[in-house]
Amino acid sequence: MRGMGKYREDHRAIERLIEPDRVHRDVYVDPELFQLEMERLWSRTWIYVGHASQIPNPGDFITVDIAAKPVIMVRHTDDSIRVLMNRCAHKGTKVVSDFSGNTGKTFRCPYHAWTYRTDGTLINIPLKDGYAGTRLEAQGLAVVKNVETYRGFVFARLAHEGIGFRDYFGESLSSIDNLADRSPEGELELVGGCLRYLHNCNWKMFVENLNDTMHPMIAHAGSAGIAKKLWEGKPAHMPKPMAIEQFVPFVSDYKFFDDMGVRVYPHGHSYSGVNFSIHSSYSSVPEYEDMMKRAYGEERARKILGTVRHNTVYYPSLTIKGAIQSIRVARPLAADKTVLESYTFRLKGAPEALLERTVTYNRLINSPMSVVGHDDLHCYRAIQEGLAAQGNDWVNLHRNFDQGEIEAPEVTANGTSDISMRNQFRAWREFMVEA
Amino acid sequence: MSAPADAELARFVRFEARLIDERRFDEWYELFTEDGYYWVPAVHGQKSPLSENSLAYEDKLLLQLRVVRLQSPLAYSQKPASRCLHVLQESDVDRRDDAKGEYLVRTPFIYTETKGNDSQRYAATAWHTLVWQEDRLRIRLKRVDILNCDAALPSIQLFL
Repeated sequence: MRGMGKYREDHRAIERLIEPDRVHRDVYVDPELFQLEMERLWSRTWIYVGHASQIPNPGDFITVDIAAKPVIMVRHTDDSIRVLMNRCAHKGTKVVSDFSGNTGKTFRCPYHAWTYRTDGTLINIPLKDGYAGTRLEAQGLAVVKNVETYRGFVFARLAHEGIGFRDYFGESLSSIDNLADRSPEGELELVGGCLRYLHNCNWKMFVENLNDTMHPMIAHAGSAGIAKKLWEGKPAHMPKPMAIEQFVPFVSDYKFFDDMGVRVYPHGHSYSGVNFSIHSSYSSVPEYEDMMKRAYGEERARKILGTVRHNTVYYPSLTIKGAIQSIRVARPLAADKTVLESYTFRLKGAPEALLERTVTYNRLINSPMSVVGHDDLHCYRAIQEGLAAQGNDWVNLHRNFDQGEIEAPEVTANGTSDISMRNQFRAWREFMVEA
Repeated sequence: MSAPADAELARFVRFEARLIDERRFDEWYELFTEDGYYWVPAVHGQKSPLSENSLAYEDKLLLQLRVVRLQSPLAYSQKPASRCLHVLQESDVDRRDDAKGEYLVRTPFIYTETKGNDSQRYAATAWHTLVWQEDRLRIRLKRVDILNCDAALPSIQLFL
């Protein structure tokens, strides 16, 4: 296979791309490395597929691409959740093309009617006699064996062997807990549809940006900063609109974001907003707080609602905002092409006002028509284009670098540190080279 | 003046599109009533802008933010600035309530938005809820149904 590229057969060449405090430009722009990311990093780690509440009944399914491979997530007749490769065992046809639906008890290929149960078992081939005496081994839809559901969040690891779910995510799962615990019933329901935003940039620019707190006051000065100025001119007695409440904290000062704090975990996971976040000062919904106290008791309710994290990155595919009940999912398509899917949750048993707040936030920040989204994507794309330059092959991650962080299992740092990005690349190197 | 004729309503819709195309955003903003909204649903037949995700659902404050942004040197994503053109089909007046002074106008159109070397094109239907207020027509709601609103879309920075 030599001659196919410079990285596939050369682990050392990949290792040389990642230094403790900087990374080589190729990790963002090289098509061969993108392909290897899908085969290694995205196949050896736990990737978010979907939420159990999207498929409540047997036969319900959604289709998505994970690690740039088409899969079906389906509720089987025994109520378990299965993840299957969306590829007919016959000619390779994608069996299901709808984004979601109910298939009943079987999937039937639209080309030659090969038919499968919702666990992938092949149950019918037309004129099967024609295969008598041939080498055909009746194979079903390829099953993704390693699937875990945590508080409704369904993850899959495509590689048959590898790190276990709990070992991979560890303590970082506390952010999913906080999101689900915000429901008085402890359960989430994914509602309101999906915003799908096409990014002409590498997936890592988005994932790194989530806990980059040195950019908001600059990149969003022309969006959230304008919201702040508009509001400053309004009479003091006017009730503050939800949009203002959500936009303005984006342009908080450096001290705010530094004091927010960031925490990193092994395998690339992190969250910012250890102490407080841009979501801390939203006006309260008294009725909801009473419900939470009744459900959990006063102390625990205060603890749940007082945990107001900014972004949690479940490296490499999922980013969540527990405090606002929205998530964003990276679906990489090419080195310079990524689809971001944004979803919203209803907190079961909570007032409708909370869903409206979530939906407002998702629309204002994550839509292809979002002014904040325009700011961010402009910068990601500018990186993608800027990295074609010569004279400097390295992307800088030096801010607050400390040699001691490398071996530490869990580190809490000042919020404006680049530590979350360095931590992501340590995981990148781990899964791209070892395993 | 008496109730606006169909031709008057259609002329208003053409004028509204022209203000956007000519980047006369301040004048465009003034076309909306104080309680007016600009809504771009994210799925076909979307019922609610409040409990379902939309591409945009903007009151006058949010529209003002966009208008100020489009004239601000801090909006880096407007370097170079976007341009757009609406090519409208003839409008139909779908509902007319002269007593209330409220009219629903349907206008299919093709929208092109460009920025530097990038160009995107959409087929869409505009639904204008127009009201007769203070001797002139104003927009209470402009709903834009983009044909492929549920596709993965790039940044759309101006107004369909």
